[in-house]
Amino acid sequence: MDNRIPAVKLTGISKRFGAVAANSNVNMEIYRGEILALLGENGSGKTTLMNMLSGIYFPDEGDIQIDGKPVTIASPRDAFDLGIGMVHQHFKLVDVLTAAENIVLGLDGKLDLKKATKKINEICDKYGFEVNPSQKIYDMSVSQKQTVEIVKVLYRGAEILILDEPTAVLTPQETEKLFNVLRKMRDDNKAIVIITHKMHEVESLSDRVAVLRKGEYIGDMMTKDTNAEEMTNMMVGRKVSLNIKRPEPVGVKDRIRVTNLTVRNEEGILKLDNVSFTARSGEILGIAGISGCGQKELLEAIAGLQVVESGSIEYIEDDGSAEQLIGKDPRKIRDMGVSLSFVPEDRLGMGLVGNMNLADNMMLRSFEKGGSPFTDRKAPYELAKSVVEELEVVTPGISTPVRRLSGGNVQKVLVGREIASAPKVLLTAYAVRGLDINSSYTIYDLINKQKQAGVAVIFVGEDLDVLMELSDRILVLCGGQVSGIVDGRKADRAQIGFMMTSTGGNNE
Amino acid sequence: MINFGLLIPKAVVQGIPLLYGSTGEILTEKSGNLNLGIPGVMYVGAISGVIGAFFYEQSLTKTGAAANGFLAVMIPMLCCLLGSLLMGLLYCFLTVTLRANQNVTGLAMTTFGVGFGNFFGGSLIKISGADVPSIALSTTSKYFSAGLPFAGKLGWFGKVFLSYGFLAYLAVLIAVFAAIILKKTRTGLHLRAVGENPATADSAGIGVTAYKYGATCIGCMIAGLGGLYYVMDYACGVWSNDAFGDRGWLAIALVIFTIWKPDISIFASILFGGLYILYLYIPTGMDHMELQQLYKMIPYVVTLIVLVITSMRNKRENQPPASLGLPYFREER
Amino acid sequence: MSNTKKHEPLFHIVKRDSMTFKKAVGIRALAIVAALVLCAVITMIVTGENPISIYGTMAIGAFGSVRKTWVTFQNVSILLLIALALTPAFKMKFWNIGGEGQVLIGGLAAAACMIKLGGKVPNGILILIMFFASLLAGGIWSVIPAIFKAKWNTNETLSTLMMNYIATQLVAFFTVLWEVPKGSGKIGIINQDTNAGWLPNIGSGFSGSKYLLTIIIALLITAGMFIYLAFSKQGYEISVVGESVNTARYVGIKVEKVIIRTVFISGAICGLVGLLLVGGINHTLTTTIAGGQGFTAVMVSWLAKFNPIIMVFASLLIVFLSRGAGEVATGFGLNQSFSDILTGIILFFIIGCEFFITYKITFKRGGHKK
Repeated sequence: MDNRIPAVKLTGISKRFGAVAANSNVNMEIYRGEILALLGENGSGKTTLMNMLSGIYFPDEGDIQIDGKPVTIASPRDAFDLGIGMVHQHFKLVDVLTAAENIVLGLDGKLDLKKATKKINEICDKYGFEVNPSQKIYDMSVSQKQTVEIVKVLYRGAEILILDEPTAVLTPQETEKLFNVLRKMRDDNKAIVIITHKMHEVESLSDRVAVLRKGEYIGDMMTKDTNAEEMTNMMVGRKVSLNIKRPEPVGVKDRIRVTNLTVRNEEGILKLDNVSFTARSGEILGIAGISGCGQKELLEAIAGLQVVESGSIEYIEDDGSAEQLIGKDPRKIRDMGVSLSFVPEDRLGMGLVGNMNLADNMMLRSFEKGGSPFTDRKAPYELAKSVVEELEVVTPGISTPVRRLSGGNVQKVLVGREIASAPKVLLTAYAVRGLDINSSYTIYDLINKQKQAGVAVIFVGEDLDVLMELSDRILVLCGGQVSGIVDGRKADRAQIGFMMTSTGGNNE
Repeated sequence: MINFGLLIPKAVVQGIPLLYGSTGEILTEKSGNLNLGIPGVMYVGAISGVIGAFFYEQSLTKTGAAANGFLAVMIPMLCCLLGSLLMGLLYCFLTVTLRANQNVTGLAMTTFGVGFGNFFGGSLIKISGADVPSIALSTTSKYFSAGLPFAGKLGWFGKVFLSYGFLAYLAVLIAVFAAIILKKTRTGLHLRAVGENPATADSAGIGVTAYKYGATCIGCMIAGLGGLYYVMDYACGVWSNDAFGDRGWLAIALVIFTIWKPDISIFASILFGGLYILYLYIPTGMDHMELQQLYKMIPYVVTLIVLVITSMRNKRENQPPASLGLPYFREER
Repeated sequence: MSNTKKHEPLFHIVKRDSMTFKKAVGIRALAIVAALVLCAVITMIVTGENPISIYGTMAIGAFGSVRKTWVTFQNVSILLLIALALTPAFKMKFWNIGGEGQVLIGGLAAAACMIKLGGKVPNGILILIMFFASLLAGGIWSVIPAIFKAKWNTNETLSTLMMNYIATQLVAFFTVLWEVPKGSGKIGIINQDTNAGWLPNIGSGFSGSKYLLTIIIALLITAGMFIYLAFSKQGYEISVVGESVNTARYVGIKVEKVIIRTVFISGAICGLVGLLLVGGINHTLTTTIAGGQGFTAVMVSWLAKFNPIIMVFASLLIVFLSRGAGEVATGFGLNQSFSDILTGIILFFIIGCEFFITYKITFKRGGHKK
């Protein structure tokens, strides 16, 4: 195979952001008529590498060849000119413009939207997309927006297509549709790169797999010659036998009772539909589901951050008396004596303040205590010191802004603060996302300790293997509905996977 | 009863500087730059034109030559455009290249620009040795304020439509042109994209920096012409310090009032011009002169109401450009 | 390098991780020195004097006599007070550029009390009423845009700007209404005979007594604002809301309440400045009583990176320039606007130098780093 001229050849590519090496010395090839899956954990540098190919970033070192010719890609414009198109995970669309206007954005020549519309419709017919060229982006669903992105890239005549985690936001049906389109394009002799960390997608779609780990290129192989286990090993660097401890639950009591909870987001879209379950003390309740299925809304509703349309969320005291949490903000919930901690998904945008130092971040939860109009600076400082010591946070000092810490250390600071208040309920969203293996295990241990201390833990996760090894029970969400609750010790991967894509066994 | 035949031409001449200012600022804001330096830019534009005209007239006096209509118009205009362009470049250098805070930069430019105008105005007054605190550039000004032919012969029609200097018609042309550019052309589409979402525009291969520089500098030059119109036509070539007043801020208000549309601005600026002088035409009687001051408040109150209503209705098309006021850095993480 | 490698960027810009405090101060000092040199050169061209004597003249303008020195400190105090007033709002990322209007409205309230109540209530009570009226008026004036912001996310830069002009016209309205004598368009000195509502001089028998009140109030509020922002619970809430509204909601801070409360404080202090200007310094009300300082203060607060202590020096620098340039202007027969040009130049330099504190430039393959 190696006498083909690669469509793209990367040699010795390195890129640093401040002290962090996002990519170091990457050598990689991309071929036409082939779907390449670029595989790697979160933070392994997949997106950064592809951003350099699409002109968003400029490499610190290294060379790029397109069709055997050395090139410089200094801007996205250069990338188009070379036939490279990328569909980013966060869509690059202008909300107030129409689909057609977005698609022709950045091209040269006279603006002729009629002609453009015609060409868009041709592309749609060829590959089977459905796009209304005159629809405004802000009126579109996520999958419609993604379609616009792909059409945009094709409209420009891209020969080399890069898709960054395209399925994260799609339903299974939409995913299958997308894959069919991608296969058609491959047969059209285009070079296609799909960034992902979902094994089954790699297996069902790609021809070849390339693996990145911690910014380094580990290697590639033909998909048909490998298997999920080998790929996972390459991805994480050692054989994964996760072996997360799962102590037996003790003193199990009902703690949070959610009944018929229905939530709509600001745009009026139904995010949670008649959700009911009970979380118990001394137990970890895992929540599984493809991202955006209502996990965020569920946790935020319990934490008092989400407006609820109907239903009830009750906190049950040890003596069995229940108190309604709906309609109360976090402060009121705290004032009621309900000790509830929340490790949100967006660590630096919600859980912590990036520009504040460790001590000031500790203060977020406690600054109101006491009657004095002034803040108590000493206790948070001590708390920060003990969190740093106990959780082995790597930081230059207590007065360092947390945004300068690495992802794992940021999370330790956040979790450390949240468990410091000895909560009765602990909500965590994607607690190990972007963390290295060691930090992840630290977090699992912390969560397990909370469980053993009698805390009711609700753990929203994305990695099924982790969920199945850590949780006592797993609640599976699909499109805002509960498709079932299974025992974590007896759960079966395929069963949960099926539940994630279909409510209660009913296909949509 | 208000005499509209009389009021409209007055409203138009009041409105033209506002139209220049708002058209310039609309283009600027469409690129995501909130240039609060527009009042300063208009001062600089005006004084640059005045300086050009002043030295041209001086050279005429020295050589005894007769004024050449072409030079009398071109010299002040080019000076004005150059002065405003330099201000635009300064603003862009600080906010786009050096990513400085736009509000602070704009306010500093206004301080500087107004000071610059008044300082050189004052200096010219000294050079000319006049005994009143103003300079009169009547020779060049008459070329600016000449109305169209037949204006006098066509009664009210001539008065309402044909009686203005060429810069007034140019203002309308520029506004129409700007509206077409924004709505119908690729350049306009790209400009809107830059102001809405520079990261997206950038990844689409649009030169964000170039568009920001371009729109802001052209915007400043257009705004500068508003200052030029004010001295050379409206004020008949008489520069006196601070006479331009707060029209620059009113132009910024107009941008909001017209929800970022230069074509609406043509009418809105005449309306604002009318409101600006309405107090002169509403009979208050000698006993209630103070009411005039309340009438002068109307443009600002109306603008505030428009601003609040558009944010309440939250219709996406009527919002300020989404990245207005924010610097753009491609590698921000 | 092969020729297909076109337009490789010569340098590129990266965000700095952090910079030592010393280095940051050094860069700013360098910028100010460079600006002062440029100012001197420009002044030299305009006046023909050598730069040293120009700065000599400027120093004389600001500190040349006991009276001048007192006036300088009084002006610094006023500018500083407005900057302090705006700071809590700025820290919350609420871009209140309505200081001008809030000062005017505070002054209007004070003047109204002096005119309507002068002689009718005891002087002490009058001053107390004026105090509350001014604070309340300034506060309410600033809270109007804050409510719009909190409720509908109305762009506050634009709305506070409009409020300035509405305030100006309101003052113009009352100026005509209360004009003395009729037809003059001016209010004139209020209560010239009775001195009712005039703020007291502190101490007597020395030259500074009539300036001291403003200066003392400015010092008190500087200290107060520093403590408020750095150590109080409300100050902490302001920082959190400014950094991230999401985080604030997450810990249960009522964001709307904090916005409105903070902006009210901001406006109330502006109102206090109005009181000082009308009741203590000018004893009259005009539309230009704030003199554009509401805008200058925005720059002062920002230049000081919202630190009240640094603001003292920033205000001093600006006032020194403006009074010094005024002296240069008088001495050489230029007009007073000369100081605005110099202020502008200094500001441009300081604004520009922030870039080198936040970012660093790396030259590609040239090997040398800056």
